[in-house]
Order: sequence, then structure tokens, then C-alpha cells
Amino acid sequence: MASQETLNKYELTIGIESHVQLKTASKLFSPADNDARDKEPNSCVHPIDYGLPGMLPLLNKQAIDLAIRAGKAMNCAIANVSRFDRKHYFYPDLPNGYQITQMYQPIILAGAVEAPLEKGGVVKVRINHAHLEADAGKLTHYDTYTLADYNRTGTPLIEVVTEPDIHSAEQAKAFCQELHRLMIYAGVSYGDLYHGNQRFDVNISVALKGSSELGKRAEIKNLNSFRSIERAIAYEYNRQVDLLEAGERVVQETRGWHDAKQVTFSQRSKENAQDYRYMPDPDIPPVELTNEYIAEVQATVSLLPPDYRKKWATLGLDASVVNSLLGTRQFADAVVAIQEQAGDAAARRTANWFASAVGASDDDQSSIMREYTTHVGDLITLADMTEKADISSSAAKDLFNELLNGATNPRVLAESKNLLQVSDEAAIAKIVDEVLADPASAASIADIKAGKDKAIGYLVGQIMKKSQGKANPALAQKLIRERV
Amino acid sequence: MVTITELHDRIVRGESTARSEVEAALERAEQASGYHALLSLTRERALERADLVDAQIKNGENPGVLAGVPFVVKDNFLAFGAPTTAASRMLEDFTAPLQAEVVERLEHAGAICIGKSNLDAFAHGGSTENSAFGVTNNAHDMTKVAGGSSGGSAVVTALNIVPFALGSDTGGSIREPASFNGVYGYKPTYGMTSRYGVVAMASSTDTMGCFTTTAADAELVMGIMAGKDPKDSTTLNDYFAPLAEAPKSLKIGLIQESMTDDVDPEVRSAVTAYADTLRAAGHTVESASLPMSKYALAIYYIVVPAEVTSNLARYDGVRYGLRADGVKALADLYGLSRDQGFMPENKRRIMIGSYVLSSGFYDAYFQQASKARTLLINEYNDLFKTYDVLLSPTAPTPAFGIGENTDDPVKMYLADIMTVPPSLAGLPAINVPVAKSGAGLPIGAQLIAPAQQDALLFALAKQTEGGNYDR
Repeated sequence: MASQETLNKYELTIGIESHVQLKTASKLFSPADNDARDKEPNSCVHPIDYGLPGMLPLLNKQAIDLAIRAGKAMNCAIANVSRFDRKHYFYPDLPNGYQITQMYQPIILAGAVEAPLEKGGVVKVRINHAHLEADAGKLTHYDTYTLADYNRTGTPLIEVVTEPDIHSAEQAKAFCQELHRLMIYAGVSYGDLYHGNQRFDVNISVALKGSSELGKRAEIKNLNSFRSIERAIAYEYNRQVDLLEAGERVVQETRGWHDAKQVTFSQRSKENAQDYRYMPDPDIPPVELTNEYIAEVQATVSLLPPDYRKKWATLGLDASVVNSLLGTRQFADAVVAIQEQAGDAAARRTANWFASAVGASDDDQSSIMREYTTHVGDLITLADMTEKADISSSAAKDLFNELLNGATNPRVLAESKNLLQVSDEAAIAKIVDEVLADPASAASIADIKAGKDKAIGYLVGQIMKKSQGKANPALAQKLIRERV
Repeated sequence: MVTITELHDRIVRGESTARSEVEAALERAEQASGYHALLSLTRERALERADLVDAQIKNGENPGVLAGVPFVVKDNFLAFGAPTTAASRMLEDFTAPLQAEVVERLEHAGAICIGKSNLDAFAHGGSTENSAFGVTNNAHDMTKVAGGSSGGSAVVTALNIVPFALGSDTGGSIREPASFNGVYGYKPTYGMTSRYGVVAMASSTDTMGCFTTTAADAELVMGIMAGKDPKDSTTLNDYFAPLAEAPKSLKIGLIQESMTDDVDPEVRSAVTAYADTLRAAGHTVESASLPMSKYALAIYYIVVPAEVTSNLARYDGVRYGLRADGVKALADLYGLSRDQGFMPENKRRIMIGSYVLSSGFYDAYFQQASKARTLLINEYNDLFKTYDVLLSPTAPTPAFGIGENTDDPVKMYLADIMTVPPSLAGLPAINVPVAKSGAGLPIGAQLIAPAQQDALLFALAKQTEGGNYDR
């Protein structure tokens, strides 16, 4: 491993290509079901996908609309005319012997994405273009044979291609996370990384700082978690710097990421690169879109992550809280609604509850698919009860979790669970007097008098115990001080 | 010879039955087996369908305008009743799970497919000598080629086995064999007929058409096949309707580049005579020039092999079709299966196509050819500002001898020199049988119209039908 000092001599440059599976009902060029999760192998395959003789591709209009939406999410222009091309190679997962893609005239043109960094600030990454293409099938290799499943064949993808604007693993991760959120919020993809809804290819090169040319790049293919993106880049940065420091050269090649060993490994060098013999697809007429139509489709895109951040600017939330809210759109929308209906304080309080409910694990995609109940009215009530100290903050968290899982009416719930705090001064004063009179308290009282203020905690604890947790602890403390 | 309409009327009036007509056609087909025009008969299914049509007539239901009319499809159309082989070892055992759109439309109109005809494997060729299952003989002279690639369909029509047969035309595959066998051969405007369910050759010029013994029959059949098909994105919206009246005072351009000394003198004089027939019908015929036509073959043999290499990539031995035995590695599965499944002409076009698309050559070949193709189309558009219809021979010679051109692919390709230019421009064209050579071989003239003016071609061919020509 190169030392930090050595690494600092080199500039890391990264460009990213990301494949995003579109959540269309049917495939890009056939009427087959596009949702193959939990389906039998080869049960979502139309003769078009299977490449039978005489079959012709039929362009799915919904995929075009989703591409137009994706373009808006990435601040990209949409081409008025785009076309499809054939990319040829032989592989058993590719029934036609060619993939239908957009080599020459993609539907999504240049744009830019600004991704917020964890430690503050943003990285701005320009998008070169994004094109529509059909996914290939899936092969499973065994000792002496291979099985092919064509359920995924023809699933619509957009491949997003960035400019080499990224210069650290952190920036790369932040960009990929933001792109992932954008695709979900624009309604383009389910964003389920576990099921391969989005995959990342990372192009990495290093060059001595100040050098006018980029170094030879390696492309790490098919990364499907943000953690692996970060780690693969860190590994590759070190590997390339070590090579250059040893006076060797970096080979332009495709590499894979071995997750168990946490290393990248060579898959194919440029010398063995295939000639894809691209050709315009004569079966598919050009896609012609008017500006009016593009605007009409884009008008249906609701709030995107940057819009939420703008709205929440006054809440003073930690970046991690913002990200975990955006990780579950229901939460993000609830916080926006609460902010609009009840103001910043209630929104801030609920935002933090939401964030702690899902945790901060950024590689955990399970929350995307889970359904929660988020009745905004109930959440506002709960925030209000907490604000007024009707319940303790720990009771509030418990109630919040119950609300998420289907419970309603937090005040009734708090009453039934006996969680309402007693803020009646006379009632608490009575308990305070009883506790102070207890001989077991004498030592603590003496400590307080001697200036050991921490001892008050024991007394408050006793009061809470006697009141079965319902006493307002702040009030209890105040009454103790008055008496001691 | 009976026309489609006569046959249909006889069946519907009860003077004949679909079953007896289908049986008779099957019988004629078997008697003519020496021509090797048919690869398979769909006897069982044909008779079932005939009984169905007869039952419909008996029950007073409308059996369709082609009720009980037997026909033959070229064996690159997916159709039920027999394998769809494309005359290749690759698809020797391929049974289609669905039918080509145009076959469906004809069946819906009551027509009955009795068999599947021979062709150059995957429609690559102009003589039907490239079939994996034997050569088809010319209907007029067994020593001559049938033409191709739809040779089998041309011959079964010329032999009156069926009143019509289907073919596909990519660069002349209907018109040239029609010319060689003395029948009408119709190649529609690109996009008039659906390509769905037909083994693709070159997607940007493939069209589905027919062979008939009269111009009126061609019009009738094409009318049923024509029209938008949502399963083929390149089909045009419905536009075809026969003209109510015979055309008057058309301006017809005789393409001078197709009447040079390179062209057989008998062919030239037959076309000149046909020009007189057109004049006699009240039209003007004058010499017109299409200079880009001299590049047409060069353009065609870049663009078409490129599309061929792409369209044939799916035949890899993995999912269906021929899979070589004793394969140890993936590369062998591909290499051996494709080596055994394809004919030499298929391989030649795959190689040419791969070459012109490969990195570093794409711009010099495919891109240049595409640009030149646009120039050719522009030239046609200019010509059609002056002329309503263009005229040329269909082929530069009558049918040549079997084996005569097999060692010289370029000589073979030259047979397409008249038919390729309209294909590159997507124009409708018809072969009109106009004469016989001294040796008794048919000669055809080609009429070409602007895109979507198909109706004009049928009207003109009907108007000049018969004359003094005995087919």
C-alpha cells in the first residue's frame, strides 16, 4: 500500500457509467412482464426477447417517458431526435447476437448532477449523455454446463455516462448515492440494488499532480453497492500508484471487484477488446419528440432530492439525517408536509425520529421497499405533545415507532399506556417531599449541599420511580433544588 | 389457367369445393415434384382448413374473398403445417410457433396454404441454387435456373400449381424469378406489407409480395396483405386502394442506363416493344437517366451484407436451430454450428457485412454506402417530378443455365442490377411478363412507381395485360 504521502503526489480521476433498470410494466422491445423478481426462470420471455426468426422489436413508449423524466432529474437536455443502434457480440445471454442500444444519437444529452458530500460541500459531476438500451439475460455456470435465464433480456436500461469530474472515493460514493436517489424520486427506477436495479462501472486513472494528461484508466465493472464503489476505488488508487511508483505502467483494461477478497482483478485488456460492429437498427424508426411533449412529461416529475434539501435548509438537520430521510421517500414527504402544516420545530423533531428509526446504514436498501404508515396529523400531534412535555422524549420515540407500524391517535395511545407526564406542581411536590424525607436520600442531599450537583440524578430517579415514570423530570429537579 | 377470382367464385357458388381445389393443387404439386420447387407440402392442415371453408359456405357464413384458394409460401415465412427452414440446414427442423402477419391475413381471407417453396438459403441469391435442399428448375426449361431467391414460388405459379404464391423481395428476389418464369411478380413499397414473422434478410429493404398469373390477381392479393401492422414498426399507415379507372396519358421514363449494350439484345427489344404497347395505351414513353444506378449494386452489396451479418447473428445454436455435435467450448458451439448451418453464400455475406461494419472500415464502407443510397433516392425523387412511372428490363438476360454463374459471385449479382435500385429506394415495382426469347425463355419488364403509388402499377399492368404475348 502506498503511503498517504505518496498518494498525495497523484491526482485521482474518476468517471462513472451507471446502468439504471427502468420500472416499466413491459420490456423495452416486447410486451413481456418486466418485473421478473421471484418469477420462474424463462417465464417472462416473449418471442421477441428470445430472438425467434422473424421477430421485430416494438419500442415501449413508457421507457421513452421514463428516460425523459431521468433527463430532468439530471438537468439534462432531451434530444428531439434519437435513434437505436445494434451492438454485436456473441454470448449465450444475448439471444439476437446484438444488443439494441443508442451509440450515435442518445435520447438524454449533456447535463450535471450536484451531489452533497458527507463532510459538507458538494461535488458537481457533468453528465456526458445517457442512452436507452436493452439488458441481457443471465447465465448461471455449473461444472459441466451453463443455464440461461432470459427473464432479464430486454429489460430497459438507461446508461448514464459522466465526465471525469470526480477526484476521490468519497465524491464517487456521494455522486452514486445521489444518482440513485434521483432515479427513484424521478419515478424512473425501483432502485433496488440487491436485485440489480442499478449497477455502476467506475473508470479510474491516476496521474502526477499538475500533469496535463490523464493516466491510463482501468474500468471496474458491475459494482452494485456504495460501499464496494468506495472500497474498489481506494484499492485501485493504491494499485495504480504502486505500479507507477515502481516504474511500471497501468494497462487500460476492464477489471472486476472481488467482494470477499476486497481486491480488483483483471478481466479483459484493451488488446482483447471486441469490435462491436455498431450499425443503425433498421427495425426501429427514430424517436421524435417535440419540446411540448418533453415539457408535458417532465411536468409530472414531483419533488427531487435537491428540492427537499432546499425546503429543509432552515431545519438545521445533519447531512446524515437528510440522507436517511431521503432514503425513504415516505419519510421525506411526511417531513415536508409537517413543515408546511406545523412549522420547522415539529418538522425537525419528526425528521430526527425518522432518521433514528431507520438508522444511517447507507448500504441497506431494505427500507426502500418497506411500507410504513405516516399519518401527518398524528405525527404533528406527537411532536406537539413532546414540545409541551406531555410525554418524555423516550416515550415519544416509543410512540413514534408504534405510529410507523400502524398505530393511530398518539394522545389516546399515551393515555392508554400511562405515558402522560405529570406536570401538576402540587402532585409532584408531594412525591418530592416523600423522597426527601426517606432516610435513603440523606446521603445524596448531603452531597448536593456539598456542591456535588450530580447527586441530584439519584433523587430525580427516585421520584420518577415513585411516579411510575410520569413525573416531568425538569419540574421535579426544580422542586428538589427549592427544598434542598 | 384459372384466376383467383374465378376460382373463388366457383367455390362460393358450389360448382367446386375448397377441398377438391386443395386436393387438386396438392396433386399438381406432386406431379411437378421434378422441378423441386416445393420443400414441403402442408397437406394435413390444408385439407382441414379446406373443410372449414366448405363448412362456412354451407352454413351461409362469409368465408372471405380468397375462400378456398390454394397458395404457396416461400419457406422463409413462418407458417404452420411444416417446418420453416429458410432452405437452410440451420433451420431444417425449426417449427414456427406463430405465423407471419401476411400469412395470417391471407388465411383470414380464406386462402389455404398447401406448401412451402424452395429458395436460396436465407434468401441469399438470385437463382435458388444456394438452397441447402437442392436446385429448383425453371418452369420453361429444366436446364435453366428458376431465378431467386424466391425461385420456388415463381415456378409453382408459372406451372399453375396454385394461382398465387408468396415471396420476399430484398433486391429483386420476387421480380427476377418472375421475369425468368414469365409471371407477374410484385414488390410493394417498403412498409406496405408487414415483415413480422418472415426470416429477416436485410431489414431496410425486405418487402413481402406475391407471384400471380394476372395483374388483377396481384392487385387482389396485395390488397389483402397490405396495411399497418403494429408488430412491425416500419409498416406504413393504410394507404393502398386500387384505382377505379385505367390511367390516362402517363409520362413514363425508360431508364437508359438499363438499355445499354451490356443488356441482352432480345431483352432490349422486348422492353422496347413493351414501350410501344404502353404508347398504344395512350401514354408517353421517353428515355430518362438515373446516373446513380451505376453505383446501386456497390451500395447494395455493402448495406445488405451489413444487415445480413446482423440479422443472422441470432442463429448461434444456443436456443433453436442446428447445434453442432461434440462441442467442447463456447467458441466451437458458435463456429461449428454456424459452419454447418450456413451455405457458402450466407458465409460470404456474413464476412462482407462484418468487414464493412468493423471498426476502422465503417466510415469508409457502410457510412459511404448509406450516403450514396441517399443520393440515389434523391435522384429518383427528381425523376418522379417529370415521370409518373419508370420502365426498365427486370433482368439483363433471360434465365441462365444452372451452374453457369455459381463460380462467379459478381456475375451472379449482376442479374440484380435492374431490381436493386428501386429496393434501395423503397419503391414499388412489378415484373410484367412481356415476351419470350428465341429459345422460349420468358422476358420481363419492370415498372417502378413513386413510394405508395402501388395502385398505379397494378392499373398500368392491367391495362397492358395480354397484348400479343402468350405466356
